[in-house]
Amino acid sequence: MSWSPLPTDRLEQGFKDKRPLYTRAEALVEANRCLYCHDAPCIKACATGIDIPHFIKQIAHDNLPGAAKTILSVNMLGASCAQVCPVEVMCVGDCVFNDLNETPINIGRLQRYATTEGLKYENTSGRRLFTAKPANGKKVALIGAGPASLACAAYLALAGVKASIFERDPLPGGLNTTGVAPYKLKADESLDEVQWILDHGVELHGGKALGRDFNMSDLLDEYDAVFLGLGLGADHHLGIPGEQTPGVWGATALIRAIKNEAGFKVPAEIKQVAIVGAGNTAIDIAHELAEITSAQISMVYRRSESDMSGYAHEMAHARQVDVRLVENARPLAIEVSAGKVTGLRVALRSGEEVLPCQWVVQAIGQERIATQLDLSVDLDEKGRVKVNEFGLTSHDRIYAGGDCINGGKEVVNAAADGRESAFAMLKSWGLEA
Amino acid sequence: MADLSVNMCGIQSPNPFWLASAPPANTGEQIMRAFDAGWGGAVWKTLGTPIVNVSSRFGSIDYDGAKVVGFNNIELITDRPLDVNFKEIAEVKKRYPKHAVIVSLMVETKEEWRDIIKRSEDAGADGLELNFGCPHGMCERGMGSSVGQEPAVLERITSWVMEYANIPVLVKLTPNIGDILDPGRAAVRGGASGLSLINTIKSVMGVDLDRMVPLPRVGDASTNGGYCGPAVKPIAMHMVAALARDKEVGIPISGIGGISNWRDAAEFIALGSTTVQVCTAVMHHGYRIVEDMIDGLSQFLDEKGMTSVEQLIGHAIPNYKEWGQLDLNYRVIAEINPETCIGCQLCYVACQDGAHQCIHLASTDCDAYHGVHDHAQSVRTKWPSVRHDELHDGKPRVPWVDIDECVGCNLCELVCPVPGCITMKEIANPAGPESWNDRVAKGLA
Ligand SMILES: Cc1cc2nc3c(=O)[nH]c(=O)nc-3n(C[C@H](O)[C@H](O)[C@H](O)COP(=O)(O)OP(=O)(O)OC[C@H]3O[C@@H](n4cnc5c(N)ncnc54)[C@H](O)[C@@H]3O)c2cc1C
Ligand SMILES: Cc1cc2nc3c(=O)[nH]c(=O)nc-3n(C[C@H](O)[C@H](O)[C@H](O)COP(=O)(O)O)c2cc1C
Ligand code: SF4
Repeated sequence: MSWSPLPTDRLEQGFKDKRPLYTRAEALVEANRCLYCHDAPCIKACATGIDIPHFIKQIAHDNLPGAAKTILSVNMLGASCAQVCPVEVMCVGDCVFNDLNETPINIGRLQRYATTEGLKYENTSGRRLFTAKPANGKKVALIGAGPASLACAAYLALAGVKASIFERDPLPGGLNTTGVAPYKLKADESLDEVQWILDHGVELHGGKALGRDFNMSDLLDEYDAVFLGLGLGADHHLGIPGEQTPGVWGATALIRAIKNEAGFKVPAEIKQVAIVGAGNTAIDIAHELAEITSAQISMVYRRSESDMSGYAHEMAHARQVDVRLVENARPLAIEVSAGKVTGLRVALRSGEEVLPCQWVVQAIGQERIATQLDLSVDLDEKGRVKVNEFGLTSHDRIYAGGDCINGGKEVVNAAADGRESAFAMLKSWGLEA
Repeated sequence: MADLSVNMCGIQSPNPFWLASAPPANTGEQIMRAFDAGWGGAVWKTLGTPIVNVSSRFGSIDYDGAKVVGFNNIELITDRPLDVNFKEIAEVKKRYPKHAVIVSLMVETKEEWRDIIKRSEDAGADGLELNFGCPHGMCERGMGSSVGQEPAVLERITSWVMEYANIPVLVKLTPNIGDILDPGRAAVRGGASGLSLINTIKSVMGVDLDRMVPLPRVGDASTNGGYCGPAVKPIAMHMVAALARDKEVGIPISGIGGISNWRDAAEFIALGSTTVQVCTAVMHHGYRIVEDMIDGLSQFLDEKGMTSVEQLIGHAIPNYKEWGQLDLNYRVIAEINPETCIGCQLCYVACQDGAHQCIHLASTDCDAYHGVHDHAQSVRTKWPSVRHDELHDGKPRVPWVDIDECVGCNLCELVCPVPGCITMKEIANPAGPESWNDRVAKGLA
């Protein structure tokens, strides 16, 4: 392992899994419900196009390594996707059973079962699901060790390309390790997946940042191609008075503390927390805090619920743990007394009001990291790296994928982008995937 | 990866998976799509003097929501002109030279057999299959199962065919017969290169109770059809194994009947099939099912350390014995895992009403105390009375097995809806094995 072990007193460890691992009995009963649709809508709803009914039948017929291979051959992050994908609005949401007033197939949990059993099979049988082709001399540098780069690197390595990932942080995995809600995926699970990908011959250089430790021209000199899997940048700030006060957090920074930091705790004096924003990150942090504290958690949103960008199913889950939503409230200032946060001043339709709170969490999006680096590629007006359908940027040897090209979607999109760029590179060299 | 290719009495096939002679193998276009999907061979829909089919023609039974557990049809052989069929056969062989194309035939007179065999060979067929099995329609015209049910006729026609044929000939048998060895041995005597079985079983699929017409309905009437699909697999496996065990047979077998996944196929192969043929499962789910048949079988062979599918052929046959050879001292008893039990109590009701009354509800008083899940004492022995709902913390619906009374019949395990919850545990018997035949030999029986 090329990183230091995770602390063993992480706050995330207390979270229960939302989609726990099926037992064999549970998996078989669920797998046998699948209709094995032709041209199945669930497949179309998956960004990586996993042949879902096929892997489900393989579970039903006790071919677990086969099921894992079906998944991973098109999505090397199939294990984490099983846990983190918002399946309610993807595959499961499109299962034909929804039209029969019947519970749709629990595809996420079946996928978790298949990938878990498939990797178990590797360990017990000593056989690998995938073996890399012999080296062909090509070299690719990948920036960032998040899902996009990991997927890209995995397919490159399997095709015999030397794939070297450079990651700014000490821990690899990107937001899977630092950002995804711990009731979905924990940091150790993310790192296990990273290790599995590295085991296929991918090289990882931790603590190495583009723009700080090396620059783009160094990479272009040494490698045949470069893949940018930079993700997004730091949390945006509202730019209102009081933001520098301790107790005012950026959402992803707070989530990272919950997931990765040794002994991190929410102090007992935190009785109310105001979360600014209504996207999925806002719902996530609200839900997480509601589960681990007895504080009253309020999401503060400048428009109404129907305008929210966060998923309705996630909001419904958050409400089950008593998260409340304050609609049509525009933050004006953070109230501070004796160096501590005491409230959030908001403009409501009825006038100004102070919502008492001891923490304010800003979940209003993240910076576009690409704008802060010299990448030698074109960006669009929103600061996203511009690419064609194969992930090629304006530079003929630089590819990009994941959040840095789409402005922030899901892990499965990053995995799909990484794969497509890998295939495009291989094709440009006349090599087979 | 294990080698899946097989040689079936001289017919080479990249894998043992063939389409059975039926609608999935009706046209060249279909068969080429099937080959693209991974099928190793196909037995062309039976050719003969073209016929006229009825409408409707299929029926099926569902069981508790599971669709097409059994399937039936009253269709006849090909309803397309022979010229067209032969042109397509030639085209398929040209485009897929490595795949096995077997032509199924059914005609009446010796001359007709000679002509159709010649045309099949000219078209490039790798082998022939003689349809002596169709149990509806064609048998009323003296063909199909009416041949398969008369060993002497079957032997005679097979020997005609062998006179003319220069390629391997499989005889496809009907299961509508007393003892499958009779037609099987007759085919061998007639010179057949291999056997295919089973064709369909005579059946009536249901009755339209408003019209008082059996199903499938053709206007105001119906007739018996041929039954196939998952429900017939055990019948087919018995017949395949009976032939594989028979010393007089000794020719390769193509197993057919209810095969729908790699495991079914592996079972047929272990019982002596060299290739397997599939109809109903493809009619239900399409050619794509072969993908996991291939993947699952190779995975299985790898796990068992077998390097080719040939090594699996007939592997279970030595363990197929007569009843009199079974060990009367071997004993298993049921064990319920309280962790996974969901408390449906179906095992209880099955054992009470359908077996030996040895599963009891947690709330039943027991005359024995032993504290744990292991009920080593009979309810009828004199021990202090104890109620079992205290066992299995918080799971008062977990039944318990009175192991002294359990005869090890498997019924509870078979009805349990939770895979792996009830297991049959082997009990060591110091007496050592003893069969009925042993007892007879010792004069004890
Ligand atoms: C709070 C939160 C919760 C989420 N929950 C889910 C969820 O439940 N399900 C889901 O599917 N998606 C979720 N997402 C989205 C998902 O995490 C991202 O879409 C996905 O991780 C994008 O992958 P990526 O590889 O593009 O970027 P990232 O995962 O962000 O990885 C980028 C990596 O690049 C590194 N890096 C950046 N700059 C440099 C540099 N200059 N040099 C070297 N390395 C650099 C970063 O340190 C990071 O490790 C969530 C996102 C957030 C913020
Ligand atoms: C609709 C239908 C048509 C069939 N037609 C033929 C045929 O023309 N010739 C033949 O030998 N068998 C025919 N069969 C029998 C199949 O080839 C096969 O032996 C039988 O269906 C058992 O296999 P299965 O359980 O996989 O369906 C037919 C079966 C069905 C369902
Ligand atoms: S849509 Fe639902 S039923 Fe159909 S194949 Fe996908 S999971 Fe199965």
